[in-house]
Amino acid sequence: MKRDIILAGVGGQGILSIATVIGYVAVQEGLFLKQAEVHGMSQRGGDVQSNLRISSEPIFSDLVAAGKADLIISVEPMESIRYLPFLHRNGWLITSTTPYKNINDYPGEEELLNEIKKVKNHVAIPAEAIAKELGSARSSNIVMLGAASAYLDLPFEKLEDGLRAIFGRKGEKIVNANISAIRAGRDFAAKYLEN
Amino acid sequence: MSHFLTTIGMCRFIHQQTKAEKANQPREAKLEKQKVLLLGDEAIAQGAIDAGVSGFYAYPGTPSTEIMEYAQRSREADELGIHRQWSANEKTAVEAALGMSYAGKRVIACMKHVGLNVAADAFVNSGITGANGGLIVVSADDPSMHSSQNEQDSRFFGNFSLIPVLEPSSQQEAYDMMAYGMDYSEKYRIPLLMRITTRLAHSRSGVVKNKRRDQNEVHMPEDGRQFVLLPSISRKRYKVLLETQNSFLDESENSPFNSYTDGADKSIGIIACGIGYNYYMENYPQGSPHPVIKIGQYPLPEKMIKKMAAECDSILVVEEGMPVVEEKLRGFMDAPLKIKGRLDGTLPRDGELNPNILRIAMGMDDLTGEKTPEIVKPRPPVLCPGCPHIDTYKALGEAVKDVYGDGHVFSDIGCYTLGAYPPYEIINSCVDMGASVTMAKGAADAGIFPSIAVIGDSTFTHSGMTGLLDAVIENTNMVLIILDNSTTAMTGGQKSHAYGRLHNICTGLGVAPEHVREVIPLPKNHNELVKIIKEEVEYPGVSVIIPTRECIQTIGKKK
Repeated sequence: MKRDIILAGVGGQGILSIATVIGYVAVQEGLFLKQAEVHGMSQRGGDVQSNLRISSEPIFSDLVAAGKADLIISVEPMESIRYLPFLHRNGWLITSTTPYKNINDYPGEEELLNEIKKVKNHVAIPAEAIAKELGSARSSNIVMLGAASAYLDLPFEKLEDGLRAIFGRKGEKIVNANISAIRAGRDFAAKYLEN
Repeated sequence: MSHFLTTIGMCRFIHQQTKAEKANQPREAKLEKQKVLLLGDEAIAQGAIDAGVSGFYAYPGTPSTEIMEYAQRSREADELGIHRQWSANEKTAVEAALGMSYAGKRVIACMKHVGLNVAADAFVNSGITGANGGLIVVSADDPSMHSSQNEQDSRFFGNFSLIPVLEPSSQQEAYDMMAYGMDYSEKYRIPLLMRITTRLAHSRSGVVKNKRRDQNEVHMPEDGRQFVLLPSISRKRYKVLLETQNSFLDESENSPFNSYTDGADKSIGIIACGIGYNYYMENYPQGSPHPVIKIGQYPLPEKMIKKMAAECDSILVVEEGMPVVEEKLRGFMDAPLKIKGRLDGTLPRDGELNPNILRIAMGMDDLTGEKTPEIVKPRPPVLCPGCPHIDTYKALGEAVKDVYGDGHVFSDIGCYTLGAYPPYEIINSCVDMGASVTMAKGAADAGIFPSIAVIGDSTFTHSGMTGLLDAVIENTNMVLIILDNSTTAMTGGQKSHAYGRLHNICTGLGVAPEHVREVIPLPKNHNELVKIIKEEVEYPGVSVIIPTRECIQTIGKKK
């Protein structure tokens, strides 16, 4: 088993929360893990990415090799396609469709969606809207995790266990919000692919 | 989402090893140890705690900051009474560490690569004094300059100082090398340098911990003059250092961190240093077909390298950062065999390595996927909405740039360096910690008017105070603006030594009290700030303006 994942977004969007849950489950499952994060200057509203590698065999590189990513999970649509050089030709692009516009020359949303749809395997999900509908806008990253869950090769119920373990001390309400979010993300992705 | 991330990021995951892992890692299976997920930086900190250190000394700098941060939030370190406060700068950190080593205790000093420049006087001379208690200086290099102004390679300092260097290739090695390095340091009474790079510093992986060793008792150096570098003593100490080089070489030949793995295809041999080893091996999941020397400790193991040179047709040197090893092998004269690396173009001369670069160097296909579509635009970092620097820069634009034109503002290292980007485009320099003050002085001496320095509070107490003293002595016609956001913001909000002290520091250094102006940078105070800047520009001498308002990131974290 091996999954090379690129997590993408804008500094401050909290992409590492997704990595934390996947990492927790991977370690519980006895898998090897390497997770390269971005700290420092780029965190100030710039483009950020994290490389997450999980495998049943020992892992050498902290970085995902170009053209070898099984998954790109992006919480921002323009950031999702920034990392296409890393995506394997059979890999999956899972992205939120909610733009984060802090630059003047941000591309048109239609144009952006067209580029995303050119990727053979993709899921474009309005994660923020779904999270808001569930009444917990802050859990949109967990909606993204749900949308990606089918491609992680980790048991879905283990991801839910991970959310319970990580958010447990924040109380039942937060745990339940996140469980609803991951399920909503999973269900949206399943439906998206049927259409 | 980011604020609850900080708490999640701090959790550490502990699990008992599974059967699969035990099969893969017999050494770990035997020990039945717990595995924790740690950043490379955190592995160093935990390794130091478990190696029995009594102190951490550091100044924050990406990618080294998390070493001290981990130590500061470690309950274990707290209970053990380990010193773990930030220092004013890297030089004071290394000197304090040297003092703790003098007292017989184990200690580490941590910094980013350019911080080692600041600490170089102390560090290089510590090779001559030697250590008493174990002393390791950790320097985190930043190839590709993710958060730095250059990509200098700290291993040069090891060479230069004749001090052994450790370079881990994994979080586990980073952890293990702390105990190993401390024993080494005490065996030869020599400080060690540990060099890491960004990817290891900021990558998380499983680490198996060992039993913690107790701290040393205080014991003075046996030779009371060991640390007295008068020329007559230095000459003797230097000879000792030179004589010990052969022992360092023996240690390298027999180090658990240097290894020679043979391979059938001897058309090329690989010398892979630190994480360069990972990028090479990533392309050979079934094992390397070529002989590989894995380097984790310097001086270089000469015998291993000579054996490779005798058996292989050529050598590829894989090193993250600058071609330190390659230059050593190559020299000026032609080597007896072909040496490939960053100098002959087999690998790029600058920037980080990665698995694909090694793939291409080894003659395999480039697997890079689709190009990034052209509609994707760069998204450079920006000052946060509500940042106090924005208000100061707006006022500075109106008071200086709009009146005198561009070219009058010397700046420094911190978030406020982002003032070089639009929409501000207000600063004209960023060189090293403190250079704003002294460059403004030199420019004023040359006749530039007005000459303005802009520096952060923490950067000012790091290296700006002495420059201000220079200006005061000559009553230089310049304005120093100390952007006081009451923290070390760029690295994530560490405590600033300047907090609550700036006014007194400036008047204490001799700036006239009526020309030390304090103001709160807020949009509603814009006109006041513009007026103050204009007044102090008009004053023909040293003025200091201190716009004070806390960083909005640190306020957010407190909520």
